[in-house]
Amino acid sequence: MSLFAFFRERRKQNSASIAKERLQIIVAHERGRHSQPDYLPQLQKDLLEVIRKYVPIEQDQIQVELENQGSCSILELNITLPDRDR
Amino acid sequence: MAKVLVVTSGKGGVGKTTTSAAIGTGLALRGHKTVIVDFDVGLRNLDLIMGCERRVVYDFVNVINNEATLTQALIKDKRLENLYVLAASQTRDKDALTLEGVGKVIEELKGSFEYIVCDSPAGIEKGAHLAMYYADEAIVVTNPEVSSVRDSDRMLGLLASKSKRAENGEDSIREHLLLTRYNPERVNKGEMLGVEDVEEILAIRLLGVIPESQAVLKASNQGIPVILDEQSDAGQAYSDAVERLLGKEMPHRFLDVKKKGFLQRLFGGNE
Repeated sequence: MSLFAFFRERRKQNSASIAKERLQIIVAHERGRHSQPDYLPQLQKDLLEVIRKYVPIEQDQIQVELENQGSCSILELNITLPDRDR
Repeated sequence: MAKVLVVTSGKGGVGKTTTSAAIGTGLALRGHKTVIVDFDVGLRNLDLIMGCERRVVYDFVNVINNEATLTQALIKDKRLENLYVLAASQTRDKDALTLEGVGKVIEELKGSFEYIVCDSPAGIEKGAHLAMYYADEAIVVTNPEVSSVRDSDRMLGLLASKSKRAENGEDSIREHLLLTRYNPERVNKGEMLGVEDVEEILAIRLLGVIPESQAVLKASNQGIPVILDEQSDAGQAYSDAVERLLGKEMPHRFLDVKKKGFLQRLFGGNE
């Protein structure tokens, strides 16, 4: 690196650390998704329809996750119901 | 007991074929009878890198279709006694390779070879799947660059779920990280992901770091596996990687910037 380049470079952001940060986020996200069984999205859709028969909820108000802990798997269902007074 | 090794990456152009040729040759150099198998049907290139492109008569697909015997299709290396190449065919038929056909050939190769190095095509399609399906160990070739690292991670997921070992509930495939086209100078400047960064993200055993080197192109131009260029940094780095693959502890070289002279430092150049 030449003398001039040295001072020029110092002001710039470190692009490698940006790359690392972006990778850590996307890789963690994708690992989570790929470890889920293929039927989860369909299950989520079906559940949404059943619940909608009784309570009006949006697509993003239901979350289905499968967690593996050793030999047992836990299907976690998280539904945010709308406010009662509405 | 024969070992099946897959060289894979997901992303193209990171150095899978260069690595397959170098590692396979390195194993043979150390006295292990080795065959390198090209799985890239339609786009074969291993023959060129190994310098045996004019000696391909029968290929992998011919053997699967019983148009040739394995003995007829295996190309013996002119330099090394223990080294053979099985070329991919140039057919455009994507379904030329089948799971059963590949399994049969691998089984037959296991009878006469110690190491079977499978050079995977890029992507996650059929060819890549078949290349890794029967593997005992995997070398995941990665460049210190975002798309390559992401694809490698995806590949690791597939190795853990879509291989024969995974499907049969056997011990999982032993995974090794090989970081290629590494430029210590750019890493120092914060322009390139460092070896620790990639190790941290992918979290697998580091087999080696191959520096970005002019020797690689020079070797491929001539059809000589770069590991045979013993003077070159890349050749030496591949040699170290082979030693580690065989279980020897070796310190990692070529991770630091080469010292520059005073004038070069002041006026730049060679960047």
